[in-house]
Amino acid sequence: MSSGLVFDIRKYSVHDGPGIRTAVFLKGCPLRCLWCHNPEGLSPRSEILRRDERCVGCGRCAAACPLGGAALGLGGPDPRKDAGGALCAACPSFGACAEACPAEALQLVGRRMDVEEAMAAIREDLPFYDESGGGATFSGGEPLAQGDFVLGLLRACRAEGIHTALDTSGYAPRELVLEAGLMADLVLFDLKLIDDERHRAATGVPSGPILENLRALAEAGARIALRVPLIPGINDSAGDLEAAARFAASLPGTPRVHVLPYHAAAKGKYALRGLPYAMGDAVPPATEAAQAARGIFERAGLAATIGG
Amino acid sequence: MSEQKTRILNERVKRLREASFSQRPSFSAERAVLTTEFYEEWLGRVSTPVLRAMNFRNLCERKAIYIGSGELIVGERGPRPKAVSSFPELTCHSLDDLAILDSRPMASYKVEAEDVAAYRDKVIPYWRGRSMRDRSFAEIPEDWKALYEAGLFTEFMEQRAPGHTSLDGSIYRKGMAARRAEIAASRAAIDWGADPEALAKDEELKAMDIACEGAIIFARRHSRLATEMAAAERDPKRAAELARIAAVCERVPAEAPRDFWEALQTYWFVHLGTITELNGWDAMNPGHLDQHLGPFYQADLAAGKLDREGAKELLSCFWIKVNNTPAPPKVGVTAAESGTYNDFTNINLGGLKADGSDGSNEVSYIALEVLDELQLLQPQANLQVGARTPDRLLKAAAEVARRGSGYPSFFNADEVVMAQVGMGKSLADAREGGTSGCIETGCFGKEAYLLHGYLNSPKVLELVLNDGIDPASGRRIGIRTGDPSSFASFEQLYAAYERQLAYVVGAKLRVSNFLDRMFAEYAPAPFLSAVVADCIERGKDYYDGGARYNTDYIQCCGLGTTTDSLSAIRTHVYERRDIGWEELLTALAADWKGSEGLRLLCANKTPRFGNDDDAADGIAQRVFESWIRAIEGRPSPRGGAYHVDILSTTCHVYFGLRTGASPDGRHATLPISDGASPAQGADRKGPTAVVKSLAKIDVSRTGGSLLNQRFLPQALEGEEGVGKLCGLVRTYFKLGGHHIQFNVVDTETLREAQKKPEDYRSLLVRVAGYSDYFVDLDRNHQEEIISRTALEGF
Repeated sequence: MSSGLVFDIRKYSVHDGPGIRTAVFLKGCPLRCLWCHNPEGLSPRSEILRRDERCVGCGRCAAACPLGGAALGLGGPDPRKDAGGALCAACPSFGACAEACPAEALQLVGRRMDVEEAMAAIREDLPFYDESGGGATFSGGEPLAQGDFVLGLLRACRAEGIHTALDTSGYAPRELVLEAGLMADLVLFDLKLIDDERHRAATGVPSGPILENLRALAEAGARIALRVPLIPGINDSAGDLEAAARFAASLPGTPRVHVLPYHAAAKGKYALRGLPYAMGDAVPPATEAAQAARGIFERAGLAATIGG
Repeated sequence: MSEQKTRILNERVKRLREASFSQRPSFSAERAVLTTEFYEEWLGRVSTPVLRAMNFRNLCERKAIYIGSGELIVGERGPRPKAVSSFPELTCHSLDDLAILDSRPMASYKVEAEDVAAYRDKVIPYWRGRSMRDRSFAEIPEDWKALYEAGLFTEFMEQRAPGHTSLDGSIYRKGMAARRAEIAASRAAIDWGADPEALAKDEELKAMDIACEGAIIFARRHSRLATEMAAAERDPKRAAELARIAAVCERVPAEAPRDFWEALQTYWFVHLGTITELNGWDAMNPGHLDQHLGPFYQADLAAGKLDREGAKELLSCFWIKVNNTPAPPKVGVTAAESGTYNDFTNINLGGLKADGSDGSNEVSYIALEVLDELQLLQPQANLQVGARTPDRLLKAAAEVARRGSGYPSFFNADEVVMAQVGMGKSLADAREGGTSGCIETGCFGKEAYLLHGYLNSPKVLELVLNDGIDPASGRRIGIRTGDPSSFASFEQLYAAYERQLAYVVGAKLRVSNFLDRMFAEYAPAPFLSAVVADCIERGKDYYDGGARYNTDYIQCCGLGTTTDSLSAIRTHVYERRDIGWEELLTALAADWKGSEGLRLLCANKTPRFGNDDDAADGIAQRVFESWIRAIEGRPSPRGGAYHVDILSTTCHVYFGLRTGASPDGRHATLPISDGASPAQGADRKGPTAVVKSLAKIDVSRTGGSLLNQRFLPQALEGEEGVGKLCGLVRTYFKLGGHHIQFNVVDTETLREAQKKPEDYRSLLVRVAGYSDYFVDLDRNHQEEIISRTALEGF
């Protein structure tokens, strides 16, 4: 059975599709969007996140460290200082230190799971899906970066009658986009920026393949909701939004559009990881700006909402 | 965001609401003085029930009455709005108590010098040594006192009368005059030749008759006052209203009401009667108010007597009257564990009718609007949600709940019925039942379901960990269960918990039974008895087994804290063996000082209740079963039996203060877990996991359970947010859950409110089975609410 790297499973996820949902976040993403609000989902490898302010110095992590250095006084790594560093990369039981840390100062981000393990977590909230019309959402990272795993999950959900949503950037091989997108009950497809060059500058990848995938998926009859992040200075000009609206309106099936205003909630996550936050002090768009953006999509003949 | 409902209050309601909201509660010695004078003259001349009834009638005849400007529904318990009576025959406040009531920072009552003088010169000299509390405490055994003072349990009847009473629809069908006829018939049917209780029955029935007469007198005094006021009134519109008030009060409650206005005034007079007669816990409850008012509303509408706005105005006026009656002032432990003005009147909306059909009607929606627009402390309201409850009503209630005041709370109507049938009530009676007080299940109008006090389960475990000694005092107050380090297995520890629990419960029940009889013998309630089914037929008082059903509850506290503590011991001492007994006991004795790593290991590396984790939830099920074994079915003096309630109201804060560090990582003096909720911060996997954990507890075998959920406002925004909240409620109830309530407020707002209380005067938050103004809570309660896990939308 295929397995994948999962960095979070969130119950009662309320903004990722209809009803009460469980969101499974798959780790690893080929894009590098400047505003990414899940930086822990970028790398395709497990990581140890360190929150030094929580450490109480109990030394349980060092005792659990298989390289054993600090605990044995041999000069090996001390997870309290070295977790996440180069020495740990080759650790035979990566994450044992985080597992042992009672203060949650060390946290393992990214666990390998097989489809059945993830399904067990998804199944826990079955009664809620039944009652609210919810289900499972596969998000990331980029779920399609772990194609076999996400297909396995979609297939298993379908077999058990669990509604699925696939939350994707669309940057993946065409066949995979089509296979997964058609297997999902709903595709939450990001539509960031039409202009190829500027898309590349903002996300690290060209927009062309994404837009072609989107069109192919729409033409194949997938149920799609477009998610348009509204990012100050990146894609919030009237010109960019109108271009996006024109493209969206040209798709068969006139997908619903969700305008998702930029928020700075992820800033703290970058600080924790010692990463620079490319958005700096960008200010979230005012309500009027979000409403104006929605208006642009509505004028193009699309049903549009803010959020969700 | 869906559009915010603007607060549309008409001018009258706005004025009455503002007056009620801003009026500071005061203490009134009026009732105490009248009662004292009456007892001085009458004690010993008539039987106890007749004495009580005559005292009630005397109060009805002589207490000051009040009709406020602009009021449509009239009548106050005290001489003016928010003036609270005292009940010296039960508890006689000392001069020190009065000084504390006047000056304490939270839930204070203004006490005037003349009231102090009346107490000093008249009330205290008579009642010292005669009050129920003084007489009872003189008889109470030392082992009970030791446990009580250590915080193992509280006792509800030490200063308030047994209560938690709700009414059914009979007061709208049968006036006091008709009741007096029934009483006469019941007296005539007494078999003096064969019934050994003939005299007792006859005296009790005589008493009920006098009490009914008192209620009629009280109403007609209002009628006369309204007539006088109408004559002097310059504004013709108000004069007409006063004339109408006079007509209404002339008719009800002597005769059955004929319209919406008369129906509301009927209830209000009966409510006032019961809370004037005695100070029963939870005041009085109208039960399924929407169901009772629905037919009157429909008939008035059809006859063109009333429109929707008029009905809403009358209902608002009624609502404000309830807010005008703060809880009677408590003292001592009872004040510490229940320091609120809220007297817990709880209106049921929705639910089922006796025939099993959906009970909701247009009045249900009007009541939700009133609740939302008035934003008052009292009365509370809850929605009884059954499979047959329309989604539209649930959604309307969720809309109100997500605005954050904690009202309404949600109950599983089908489960409430099932629990009652399981305890032996008829299906039709059970359907007419519902929830009163905080979360207490009862059969409205037909049952005396009495709460006897809270039980501190984590403290029981603390006694086990100290071989029966209370570490706070060093005294042995429990039984010896052995040195914990000698327990070879978790099972031995658990058996010790069960033995200690049985001891504590036994000590508590003996005194509860004693107090129960004290009330039956010395403080019967003939007026209350006249409006509760079967008391008249049986010729027996409500406190003496007269009601059709009799039930007694012990409210067990700290399910989450007990479970997590046991789970930590099982996990670390017996399974992983990474903590030794001595290490743990030393750390607990030192309140974890110098053992932060150990504390975090217990708190964070232990399966904990509220995460849909069978390892922890299995322990919770066991603890629940132990509570059931210790309590369920033990006979009570009124011919009923004791049952378990899972409720803490605010007592988890008081119990926390009395309980040392616990093995779940909790520091000494911090609150224990509230109601049936997970321990504060223990639930890490969101609301669905919480309700799944809770649903593993078979609450249909209890008198109710309480689950608090705190959401951040963003999590519930928009149409979708409401829909998902409804989905959560429906699913929880499908899984067998009993109750859930929501706080929707972010931590920053609460912190701001702590800093600038004057700016947040009307910030209502859910405390326990009721809401309170956040700025009126003491610091411990404020911190406890902030510490509840706040659920974000993800």
